[in-house]
Amino acid sequence: MAAVQETVDKVKSIDVDAYKYGFVTDIESDKAEKGLNEDTVRFISAKKGEPEWLTEWRLDAYRRWLTMREPTWARVDYPKIDYQDLYYYSAPKSMSGPMSLDEVDPELLRTYEKLGIPLREREILAGVQGASTRVAVDAVFDSVSVATTFKAELAKAGVIFCPISEAVQSHPELVRKYMGTVVPVTDNYFATLNSAVYSDGSFVYIPPGVRCPMELSTYFRINEQNTGQFERTLIIADKGSYVSYLEGCTAPKRDENQLHAAVVELIALDDAEIKYSTVQNWYPGDSEGKGGIYNFVTKRGDCRGARSKISWTQVETGSAITWKYPSCILRGDESRGEFYSIAISNGRQQVDSGTKMLHLGRNTSSRIISKGISAGRSNNTYRGQVFAHRKATGARNFTNCDSLLIGNKCGAHTIPYIESRNANAIFEHEATTSKISDDQLFYCMQRGLSAEEATALIVNGFVRDVLQQLPMEFAVEAQKLISVSLEGSVG
Amino acid sequence: MLEIINLHAEIDGKKILNGLTLTVKDGEVAAIMGPNGSGKSTLSYVVAGRSDYKVTGGDVLLNGQSILELGAHERAAKGLFLAFQYPLEIPGVTTMTFLKASINAQRKQRGEPELSTPDFMKKVRAAAAKMGVKDEMLRRPLNVGFSGGEKKRLEILQMVLLEPSFAILDETDSGLDIDALRIVGDGVNSLRAKDRGFLVITHYQRLLDHIVPDTVHVQSQGRIVKSGGPELAHELEKNGYRDYVAAAA
Ligand SMILES: Nc1ncnc2c1ncn2[C@@H]1O[C@H](COP(=O)(O)OP(=O)(O)OP(=O)(O)O)[C@@H](O)[C@H]1O
Ligand SMILES: [Mg+2]
Repeated sequence: MAAVQETVDKVKSIDVDAYKYGFVTDIESDKAEKGLNEDTVRFISAKKGEPEWLTEWRLDAYRRWLTMREPTWARVDYPKIDYQDLYYYSAPKSMSGPMSLDEVDPELLRTYEKLGIPLREREILAGVQGASTRVAVDAVFDSVSVATTFKAELAKAGVIFCPISEAVQSHPELVRKYMGTVVPVTDNYFATLNSAVYSDGSFVYIPPGVRCPMELSTYFRINEQNTGQFERTLIIADKGSYVSYLEGCTAPKRDENQLHAAVVELIALDDAEIKYSTVQNWYPGDSEGKGGIYNFVTKRGDCRGARSKISWTQVETGSAITWKYPSCILRGDESRGEFYSIAISNGRQQVDSGTKMLHLGRNTSSRIISKGISAGRSNNTYRGQVFAHRKATGARNFTNCDSLLIGNKCGAHTIPYIESRNANAIFEHEATTSKISDDQLFYCMQRGLSAEEATALIVNGFVRDVLQQLPMEFAVEAQKLISVSLEGSVG
Repeated sequence: MLEIINLHAEIDGKKILNGLTLTVKDGEVAAIMGPNGSGKSTLSYVVAGRSDYKVTGGDVLLNGQSILELGAHERAAKGLFLAFQYPLEIPGVTTMTFLKASINAQRKQRGEPELSTPDFMKKVRAAAAKMGVKDEMLRRPLNVGFSGGEKKRLEILQMVLLEPSFAILDETDSGLDIDALRIVGDGVNSLRAKDRGFLVITHYQRLLDHIVPDTVHVQSQGRIVKSGGPELAHELEKNGYRDYVAAAA
């Protein structure tokens, strides 16, 4: 708290004129100073040429954040984060990235090789200095025509898909109407921090009755570089529309920013459907867990309209710490929420993930399929909440949580909260914990598979129900990723 | 050819194999019979390389080469196959996927190219037709919910597919109905060849009516205590093991 108090005092003590002056000169620079105060927030907002209301919105969030405490209820353990020791805008690349691939954790490089990632891209992923500019040029060169065709097709359908900073300029009414309505500025420590300092992210709007003609993937978003550690995404599916959105990448991405606190908001109006798929594979750190990413994400979908549907599918294999609960607010009558998750932890990774299904409307339904796999010395917790409001007559939930343990030094935990205020709601919960047995391994090995191949095969079988929810190409990549993530877990 | 020489093995500190010696030549079908708990399955596990069994003495040679230092998957790639007494269930992995994974894992170890999907399908279809295994079963997760007989049939299907140079069948006849017994017998007989040996573990003569062995051996307390021709099985069926067990004790 000391640091925060100091900030409060500092903010109070700033002379307005001096501040304005400093502000103007500062904007020429490409990075904010280390640390967080109202200046930093104004600086970010000004850098992006944001309208007054948004600057105020960010400042409100910042002031709120000062009064909040970092949550401690998750089953994760990490050294205290010094929020004044971080950069909140455009981190200084010249100082911390490795100079070349020779300086990168060899374990990480081996993983790239196994995943078949081209050399050029490995540099970017590993955060080698200057690599991103080199590759960005090539990528633009290679993909200009693809991206253009892409944009043209989307425009024809009336779909808006652009960086959220661009949407603030081009469609301020939409951003203003929806941003912060699913994850309120006051929601939780990390979401509030994100609201104050978010760097960029995606914006998607699907007009009424439109079925988005293609899967939207962050990969095709122009200006994707540098969305940074505080990413913010907003997706709105207007009445009767449909969209499938893919986020992430199977390659383990290294980042000089250890803390990642993203916010994703989904809004589905009457009869609309959003399918959101994630493959998350941030750098988990070395064998001792050092240098890994802390991933504290707030993802929430609002089934605002009747008969709307939101479905989350995630494959989580990376990060040193994952704190993530993609949730659905089932507000519209007969709306439906789904959560399909594969969370793999190995080494010293810590995962605390799950979902919330909040049944508010009548005849709402939800389905949760969670597959947790723990190996090495990792800890993997499923934390889920299913809630039925007094008015949620006919609410139904089916939950299935399976945990698979590999070896005997890891942990799996299942923490379901179930609360029904409506006598009519029907909630079903199934949970299993199993181990890959030596008998199973021996059987597979007798047929020619190595211990690792056998483990991967058994694990892939274990997660099959969820893999089937992913778009085809994504599923194939995810399957490969699962095998690579579990290497070294047997033997 | 499989040569087991004065093999001693234990598990969790308990000695199960006590100097077992047995040679099965190329082209030979040898049968092992013996009372429950005499270590027949243990023998098959030790030969196949299950790592929780500790070999405390002796050697096992496959085609003249010691295999004791090899992992189970390496022995498999060298052509050793074991049809399990109790085949394992692998939830979520379809039988088809499993078959393809195993065939290609072996090919990879031997430095052969992977089978293309069409080539693989052709092979599986042929083997399945031969073993009376329906397509629907190949699409189900391996052994999950299969009847006892179906599991055994699938073991032999895998053997037909993998074309091992030496196969051990551990009580493959148990749980089989009369027709299945004949199909399994035919499956094995169709693979009989002068460069391939079989070790058939069974309690009953009825399997040996279909797979006529060249030699029959009696195992008791982790040792071979009597060897003979096919007539030995008939004698055992009549008189039981009493004489041999007493002799071994
Ligand atoms: N982990 C273990 N610890 C101690 N004893 C064991 C262990 N595993 C097996 N055994 C014992 O080893 C002995 C041999 O078992 P095995 O399964 O090889 O017999 P078998 O001849 O195949 O019997 P059956 O005819 O019933 O199949 C049995 O007495 C069994 O209880
Ligand atoms: Mg046995």
